[in-house]
Amino acid sequence: MIARLTLRTLALSYLALLLVFPVGVVFVRTFAEGVGPVWEAITRPDALHALWLTLLVAAIAVAGNTIFGVICAIVLVRHDFRGKALLNAVLDLPLAVSPVVVGLALLVVYGRTSLVGGWLAEAGIRVIFSAPGIILATIFVSLPFVVREVVPVLREIGTEQEQAATTLGASAFQTFRLVTLPAIRSGVAYGVVLTTARAIGEFGAVSIISGKLAGRTETLTIYVEDRFLHFDLVGCYTASVILALIAVMTLLLTNLFKPREEY
Amino acid sequence: MSHNTLDRARSIPGPTASKKQGSPLNRGVAIGYLSLIVLIPLAAVVWRSTDGGVEGFLQAISNPQALAALRLTLLASLVVVALNVVTGTLIAWVLVRDSFRGKGVVNAIIDLPFALPTIVAGLTLLALYGSESPLGLNVAYTKVSVGMALLFVTLPFVVRATQPVLLELDRGMEEASASLGASELQTFRRIILPNLLPAILSGAALGFARSIGEFGSVVLLTGNIPFETQVASVYIFGQVEGDNVTGAAAVSVLLLVISLLVLFAMSLLNRWGTRHDR
Repeated sequence: MIARLTLRTLALSYLALLLVFPVGVVFVRTFAEGVGPVWEAITRPDALHALWLTLLVAAIAVAGNTIFGVICAIVLVRHDFRGKALLNAVLDLPLAVSPVVVGLALLVVYGRTSLVGGWLAEAGIRVIFSAPGIILATIFVSLPFVVREVVPVLREIGTEQEQAATTLGASAFQTFRLVTLPAIRSGVAYGVVLTTARAIGEFGAVSIISGKLAGRTETLTIYVEDRFLHFDLVGCYTASVILALIAVMTLLLTNLFKPREEY
Repeated sequence: MSHNTLDRARSIPGPTASKKQGSPLNRGVAIGYLSLIVLIPLAAVVWRSTDGGVEGFLQAISNPQALAALRLTLLASLVVVALNVVTGTLIAWVLVRDSFRGKGVVNAIIDLPFALPTIVAGLTLLALYGSESPLGLNVAYTKVSVGMALLFVTLPFVVRATQPVLLELDRGMEEASASLGASELQTFRRIILPNLLPAILSGAALGFARSIGEFGSVVLLTGNIPFETQVASVYIFGQVEGDNVTGAAAVSVLLLVISLLVLFAMSLLNRWGTRHDR
């Protein structure tokens, strides 16, 4: 009993000191001078623009990665081909690559001095220091989540119902829309939540690719850093609290969608 | 966030009877998207790192400041992973074998470091352990702060890898061990730990890979002092800002190689883990 209590105390103290107290302090400090300054900080044009850009980028990245994720999961589960192991391994890369390296990679491909960057510049398309670059970086870092959540679900549901649908005359697309998609819904939803959280929180890659132009290419995470470096602690903490609230919401949603057998 | 699902998904499923949906078109879309977003940019970094020839590459990675940053990154990651193995196993143990009020909440907040943006993670640590610390503890801009940031962002890996294995562990073995006269510690060391080891190590490997490339949480907290608290990703960032893209690419390639080795080690570990299941 004493051993159990000791272990519990150790574990909970560790979590409190590393996680709960630091996050708590930021919440307390944010509202130290009341709600007025916080509201003022949120409604500043640069802050609103950062929030809007963050949501826009996340929406595009989530849409792209969800469509890709479902297609890729189907390819991985329902098809056998040479190089499948390699495809499977490459999918893990975004989790293992430093976000700074992601930013640098995009800079090398789309920078002004590169071949592709030159072509695009001639066509009038800017990738670096503008929204397309931020979107590409965000898609990169949040790429694996939907695939990884849909693959196990897809494998579990098997193919009997799909075969029945085909036998009854459904086209491939009808089978997908009426049989497969409803069955993998929970996996897709969970993957979408994880992708959204990762997309909204990305900092390192966007830090390099966005050029951090206030009111133009700053996402909310970049705005946090910008306010910190300008000694505007209220603005910095307010933006952080918005991001932290989104994170907490994600946790609640993941607990809702989490495959039940896990915990 | 749920690494057990990741692990389940990682083992490649075999072909099933219906291959209708896995048409070449779908395959092409999947591979094309992955190449465009991930493979081509990473290949471009590798190609760019050799802009100054092999000599330039070697020179870039043997720059004293780069070497110091790499050394700190590897050392800090190793220390953090070692700590994670202990605390992660402990937390998983408490979450599975103990019961107390509020356990569900504790279980849910384990994932907070995955959900919280890294820049916010660094800022929160700075609020509690920086110059205005309400506890009077100021570790900002020291090597301790590097470790602290990495501990924060890697917290869930070992917990989430170990928890499901511990949950499914057959209690019969422990009861047998206890009835044969083994102490609790002996039972843990000889019965439980060997069963958990593949999961613990797999979580540790993921945490290590994450630590190696971590940027957002360290950038405000550690002050980025060269030779002192500057980690590899911050060094790369500085080189990019200073327009030394080739040098940045060279160090990036080194980080990429380390990440790939860790991923490779993980796939071996997973195979070892599944072999133990049988």
